[in-house]
Amino acid sequence: MQPALAISQLNKTYEGDFQALKGISLEVQPGDFFALLGPNGAGKSTTIGIICSLVLKTSGRVSIFGCDIDTDFSQAKQYVGVVPQEFNFNQFEKPIDILINQAGYFGIPREIAAERAEKYLRQLGLWDKSHVPSRTLSGGMKRRLMIARALIHEPKLLVLDEPTAGVDIELRRSMWEFLREINAQGTTIILTTHYLEEAESLCRNVAIIDHGQIIQNTSIRELLQQLNKELFVLDVREQLSECPSIEGYPITLVDGHSLEVEVEKSQSINALFGALSQAGIHVLSMRNKTNRLEELFFDLVEKNLSGDKND
Amino acid sequence: MTKREKWIAFETIVRREIQRFLRIWPQTLLPPVITIVLYFVIFGTLIGSRIGEMSGLPYIQFVAPGLIMMSVITNSYSNVVSSFFGSKFQRNIEELLVSPTPNWIILLGFVIGSMCRGLGVGLIVTVLSLYFADFSIHSLPITVGIVLMTSLMFSLAGLINAVFARNFDDISIIPTFVLTPLTYLGGVFYSIELLGDFWSKVSMINPVLYMVNAFRYGIAGISDIPVYWAFTMVGLFSVVLFFVALNLLEKGSRLRS
Repeated sequence: MQPALAISQLNKTYEGDFQALKGISLEVQPGDFFALLGPNGAGKSTTIGIICSLVLKTSGRVSIFGCDIDTDFSQAKQYVGVVPQEFNFNQFEKPIDILINQAGYFGIPREIAAERAEKYLRQLGLWDKSHVPSRTLSGGMKRRLMIARALIHEPKLLVLDEPTAGVDIELRRSMWEFLREINAQGTTIILTTHYLEEAESLCRNVAIIDHGQIIQNTSIRELLQQLNKELFVLDVREQLSECPSIEGYPITLVDGHSLEVEVEKSQSINALFGALSQAGIHVLSMRNKTNRLEELFFDLVEKNLSGDKND
Repeated sequence: MTKREKWIAFETIVRREIQRFLRIWPQTLLPPVITIVLYFVIFGTLIGSRIGEMSGLPYIQFVAPGLIMMSVITNSYSNVVSSFFGSKFQRNIEELLVSPTPNWIILLGFVIGSMCRGLGVGLIVTVLSLYFADFSIHSLPITVGIVLMTSLMFSLAGLINAVFARNFDDISIIPTFVLTPLTYLGGVFYSIELLGDFWSKVSMINPVLYMVNAFRYGIAGISDIPVYWAFTMVGLFSVVLFFVALNLLEKGSRLRS
């Protein structure tokens, strides 16, 4: 089976000799929900720009479901829908017109375009705003409008560049649900985001890009397994005046009723609970203090940075 | 894309362009009409009645074809330049760039959309001019042919201007400092017979002179220059501008980073 996206030795040097991409290679399989992560300026948006032909590559190859973007650009573009980071629609046009026109650029007749526009505007909760000038929409509505526009030609690969930036939590969750549904129906999704819990929650595979290079390309599960220790917050029943000491488990007293405990992957949480019980401390609840992926992400990017400095 | 899909894409761009200038008609259709009516009132009726004849025609009949052509030129140019640059500025040109629509369809879509405004304003001005001047059509094919080709040429030129433009100043420089002088010195208000030998020859390098005279020939049957020259020049310019514009879109100049 052809990969949904195959990138090989992709380079991009902007005017002024800034090398945004340094020979990256990447494959995304059909049906995947893939996260492309990296700090600001790492090369994520450049990569996405090249995939959807808004950025001209310096060298390398990109193919979408087996169609090379240079030699078979028409078919390759039919396969891709893109939701850019910044609003890029005519603010004076109505959402319904934006969608029908976009379908027209893909050669879809107006009758079919109108049906699809209604379908996606309804699904994304924008139907009641379909005939108002799009400049009057809220930020979250504008983001959803761009998702509807990207889906209007029913692409096999949907690329989203920070789709939930600036969107409130409730709306973000509903967008996650929508994207999960789209993915379950067979659309391959590539997502860039700064909300790492978003990637952890939605995506199966991940690539981390930094300084124009892929520094990690694996499944989310395998990536998380690289995490050696986790920090747990325990809420306890007793009022504690001093920090308990349990061998092998560094503990910090946060306040009278909560503790922070560092647990290594090789250690047992049962053993920790047993030791706390013996010390007369009863745990009421427990939670992760930090986002696991976030911790790992910073670790990887920091290692890459120190590697660069050593070079 | 199949031929039908390309046609749908083309139709979509043209329809969107027409909807755009109709939506903002107080900015796009009304001002040129008011300006041309003022020209007719001042140069045609008030001053024109004292001028008498020009090239054997009452002055108002002499200026009418030039004024119609002037409105076609300025509107064909300014429509595409503001629409295309507006799309670049708001970045909604990316909607087209990510689509499989070929560049030549994008080019034709914008150009035909712009011609619709140029010709539409030209038609309105023609109808209004009948109120001020009596004239019949000397040659319909020449009249229609030259007005279509002129509109095409200036739409193509406007698109090239929009591709190169980086800010709103850049889209007003050419109309202000090139297009307006060329139009005013292009035989709209006078016959080049009035100029001395030297300035007559200088005028011959102004392409607008050929268009205005060919159009005047189509309506009134008089011209300062051979009409076939006008068609040859406008045709050649249009072909060159078409390929320059297409090349810019193919390379993604100032559109793709």
